[in-house]
Amino acid sequence: MGKFLTSVYLEEDLCKGCINCIKRCPTQAIRVRNGKAVITKEFCIDCGVCIRICPHHAKNAIRDSIEIIKDYEYTVALPAPSLYGQVNNLDDVNIVLTALKLMGFDDVYEVSGAAEIVSEMSRKYVSEHKELWPIISTACPSVTRLIRVRFPNLIKHLLPIKSPMDVAAQQARIRAMEKTGLPADKIGIVFISPCPSKVTAVKSPLGFEKSEVDAVIAMKDIYTSLIEHMNVAATCVEELSISGRIGVGWGNIGGEAGGLLSENYLAADGIENVIRVLEDLEDKKFTNLEFIELNSCDGGCVGGVLTVENPFIAMVKLKRLKKYMPVAQNHKEDTLKVKNAFWTEEVKYEPVFKLATSMRESIEKMTQVDELLTKFPGLDCGSCGAPTCRALAEDIARGVAKENDCIHVLREHIHKLTDEISKLDY
Amino acid sequence: MSDQIHLTYQVSGDDFTRAGEASSDVKRMLKKMGADPEAIRKVAISMYEGEINMVIHAHGGEINVTITPEEVQMVLSDNGPGIADVDKAMEAGFSTAPENVRSLGFGAGMGLPNMKKYSDDMKIDTKLGEGTTVTMKVQM
Repeated sequence: MGKFLTSVYLEEDLCKGCINCIKRCPTQAIRVRNGKAVITKEFCIDCGVCIRICPHHAKNAIRDSIEIIKDYEYTVALPAPSLYGQVNNLDDVNIVLTALKLMGFDDVYEVSGAAEIVSEMSRKYVSEHKELWPIISTACPSVTRLIRVRFPNLIKHLLPIKSPMDVAAQQARIRAMEKTGLPADKIGIVFISPCPSKVTAVKSPLGFEKSEVDAVIAMKDIYTSLIEHMNVAATCVEELSISGRIGVGWGNIGGEAGGLLSENYLAADGIENVIRVLEDLEDKKFTNLEFIELNSCDGGCVGGVLTVENPFIAMVKLKRLKKYMPVAQNHKEDTLKVKNAFWTEEVKYEPVFKLATSMRESIEKMTQVDELLTKFPGLDCGSCGAPTCRALAEDIARGVAKENDCIHVLREHIHKLTDEISKLDY
Repeated sequence: MSDQIHLTYQVSGDDFTRAGEASSDVKRMLKKMGADPEAIRKVAISMYEGEINMVIHAHGGEINVTITPEEVQMVLSDNGPGIADVDKAMEAGFSTAPENVRSLGFGAGMGLPNMKKYSDDMKIDTKLGEGTTVTMKVQM
């Protein structure tokens, strides 16, 4: 799969060419060209902000439909912990899990169960790698992707352990093969996702070659059906849960860090806040922290753009639900037996934002950018299709835009031309 | 074509909310230029420490940065009180920062030592009552 695969895409018919997405994209990955938004894949981290804020619903995320379960002989649903925050008055997660089986899945494997395995492994890794403190969480693929393209000096701090989704997938496949005797490819492992970045993480993982997840479906796509099936499920609840408070807690910001059982951590949510923390971290503005948890969405995974509930309400629901749960249940799955949960590949810095290949050439381009900036009005109006005057200047230096894209520069040109033409009359 | 970039920043004194703006801007530019990540780190940390020093001790000042393909030179000038004992100031942990500054998490006495540590070359020119000019260089 491509190194810069993304899941967010444009529904061209719906795009009005307004400037909402270009102004809000945290990596300035979007431009309006010829009246339509264009996403530069190298810059996009699949955070989903543009999907959330587009007033015309012209941004969408590639994902699978639940129909995909027909392609497999045996399927296992992998619900993300944030799913439990989507439903009202839930006091037993087994109702949700049973409902998933009634919807057509043969089995379920809670991602929160795998999260407890990851928490235990992380505790060990963090305590054994003081020289790399603060260790930065890698559960949010948007954050890992952002660090890869923008924070080269922080790459070595990344937690080299697969996300709960990926650990759940490999454990679920082993369990399904043992249970059914079927070969691996007849078994479909389907993640129920709160966000598009997980779709990308499955198709093009960072840190290891291949994800064991076969398909990713969106929480919001199955929501209505899930609620309907929960009514029936409530009358025939199966004991399927394999997780407790620690695992389910991962759905909210602070949950992963909480699972480390240390107070010495920082947890930040919302992509703008994440960027601020990373910038400061790079400048060594805070030291002595063991762990940094970063979630691209407000509230954590409950704020994912493929969820339905208001993230802050979902946070409360998860908190309430956790109250009566055991701390953890990972003793049921012997963590020591979990193999291949560590990363096997290095994540390499991808300097996609650089203006040219050499420093010398970059200096020339940067000088050109500065000269252009003196011509532009500095209003950052977005009318040219770039989010700021500087972004337009850099686009011109890169050779993908022209000066007259600035309507203020263009107006000047037109004034000059009309002046000259009017002089011709005399 | 030009083979170097000059940048000038006015650092305002006593405004902690803006402290670090200049070093952030240089960091951003160096990343856009595809500079070596380790060199960027050295520039960002040494310049940030210097910038904070100007805010805490000297009521601000001016920073002039020159970027060439070979090196980044940062000249931080202020009209502050000057440094009484440069050798002492270079000791890790030595601090003259007032309590209100320490309570913000600054003034741990690592400013100058870190500037020395993260730059490849550092010169301090200081006169009591007149001001200080710190020149730092980082190889690209």
